[in-house]
Amino acid sequence: MTETSPAALVECRGLAKHYGEGDTRVDALKAVDLDLRPGEVVGLVGPSGSGKTTLLNLVGCIVEPSAGVLRLDGETVWDGRWLRPDLRSLRLEKIGFIFQFHNLLPFLDVTENVALVLDMAGASKEDAAARAQELLDYLEVGHRRKAKPSSLSGGEAQRVAIARALANRPRIILADEPTAALDGERAGIVMDLLRKVAVEQSATVVVVTHDEKIWDRFDRIFTLRDGRLVGSDGARR
Amino acid sequence: MNLAARDIRHHLGRFLLTAVGLGLLLGVVLSMIGIYRGLVADALGLVRSPGADLWVVETGTRGPFAEGSRIPGDTRESIARLAGVTEAGSMSFQAFEATHGERKLRLQVVGYEPGRLGGPPEIASGRGVSRERFEIVADEKTGLRLGERLPMGTDVFTVVGTTRGAVSSGGDPVVWMSLKDSQTLQFRLAPAPARREAERGAAATATPDTINAVVARVSPNVSAESVAEAAERWKHLSAMTQEQQETILTRSVVEKARQQIGLFTTVLLTVSTVIIALIIYTMTMDKVREIATLKLIGAPDGRIVGLIVQQALALGLIGFSVGASLIVSVKDHFPRRVVMLPEDAAGLALVVIVVCLVASGLGVRLALRVDPATALGG
Repeated sequence: MTETSPAALVECRGLAKHYGEGDTRVDALKAVDLDLRPGEVVGLVGPSGSGKTTLLNLVGCIVEPSAGVLRLDGETVWDGRWLRPDLRSLRLEKIGFIFQFHNLLPFLDVTENVALVLDMAGASKEDAAARAQELLDYLEVGHRRKAKPSSLSGGEAQRVAIARALANRPRIILADEPTAALDGERAGIVMDLLRKVAVEQSATVVVVTHDEKIWDRFDRIFTLRDGRLVGSDGARR
Repeated sequence: MNLAARDIRHHLGRFLLTAVGLGLLLGVVLSMIGIYRGLVADALGLVRSPGADLWVVETGTRGPFAEGSRIPGDTRESIARLAGVTEAGSMSFQAFEATHGERKLRLQVVGYEPGRLGGPPEIASGRGVSRERFEIVADEKTGLRLGERLPMGTDVFTVVGTTRGAVSSGGDPVVWMSLKDSQTLQFRLAPAPARREAERGAAATATPDTINAVVARVSPNVSAESVAEAAERWKHLSAMTQEQQETILTRSVVEKARQQIGLFTTVLLTVSTVIIALIIYTMTMDKVREIATLKLIGAPDGRIVGLIVQQALALGLIGFSVGASLIVSVKDHFPRRVVMLPEDAAGLALVVIVVCLVASGLGVRLALRVDPATALGG
């Protein structure tokens, strides 16, 4: 049964993606229906090639869907065509990304990596620096604010990446294997942080993962197989 | 937040090393332009030194700097009597190789009549030639000092004055001497051939009163062209204004050098463009993941293009500064004069900016094609 909610932050209706046509057509994602509510931390799991990253790319407005409807934070962004001409401003405004290898910009220090998002959103230098410092303190990496990413530990770098994802107060946070490079303890800390953010900012956190250690941290787990959503389990509750 | 500046600072050593390499190349471009300017300045320096308005030479020739010109020594008196002429002087020009101590000296010897038009324009030290015989004024580039004696031909000359920066279009330093001495130097035979010639008849050993040109100044109220016209009524003479003489030098004598240097400069600028393009392309290739991340987190194209173009401009301008500083500091050690004009430097800086913008096109194209999805996954 498809769950629906008027307050859903992410709504996918029949969302599909295929590559190629005719004999070469590959259906990466087949008619996915999904509703994600504020305050939820959900997991997308499944074997490699099942369509997890494709779904994340579609929700993140990185890849153009082939069919279906996509609504983010109440705004229909795809309905057979992109309804926003500038997808990057949409991502800047509504979505925060967390990557497996944190993808911090090596030529910026920790504070600048976080402040960059705010700078792009038009915040003043002072406001951006203050918000970055606030987030870094909140994520307990404030003492490394002048450090370059290359000098951070894996856990520190991932917390800085989370700070960057949260900088512009997005209500949708998409995380691609955020704990893959971390040990069990640090993976748990990262998941606790994401839950804290989801609750305090009333955001939806979507985590693509193979890491079974953290499955018990999700409110719901969506399983994908061969491009289809084959199951939705309440993991935590 | 300026991403280009941050990225440069992050890779400062590599960036500066690249900029210095490019600077050496741009320095060569700048020196080429300076060498050409020096060539023109040298060529014009000698032709401008008499401060003449008119050059009278052998008919059918274009003057002593372009080809041989031989006219009778009394031509000066005829020219001086033309209406509008205020001053005139006879001159001779010849290349000469003298031996000074252990070294050979290539010289441009200019003969003139002391007290008349044609002498050195400015004496740096000592005095001008005041006696009819055996005195010279030598340019500092000869390495000769006041009072030094230099054997030339069958005579020995004393340096009584020096000039600064007077060279021929070939770069040889100029030596001024009296017309009589220069005629002797040019036409008097060494003892052995003189004896042989004497046996054939005494007249053959006499020094002919031949000069290469007459220079003249005309009254400010009279046009040099009209005086030239009047001089050309003598069928054995040609006359040209100072401007025509300078045009012959720049358009004829140094034209091939100009074309050669111009072509070489174009090749170097093309090489610089390709090098900048490759460097910027490689720098962009190194940042594909960062660019994808920037796109993913919402950076507009302008910000990404700015990152690449600003780095290209920084590379070009730092390279240009390095090249310009290098050439300015070593230009005086070049064997020939290198003239650095501010407008040439400004022109090249402008060309470098255009080259950087063009060269960054490849990098920009690559950056704009980076898929933001590249940032995801391992």
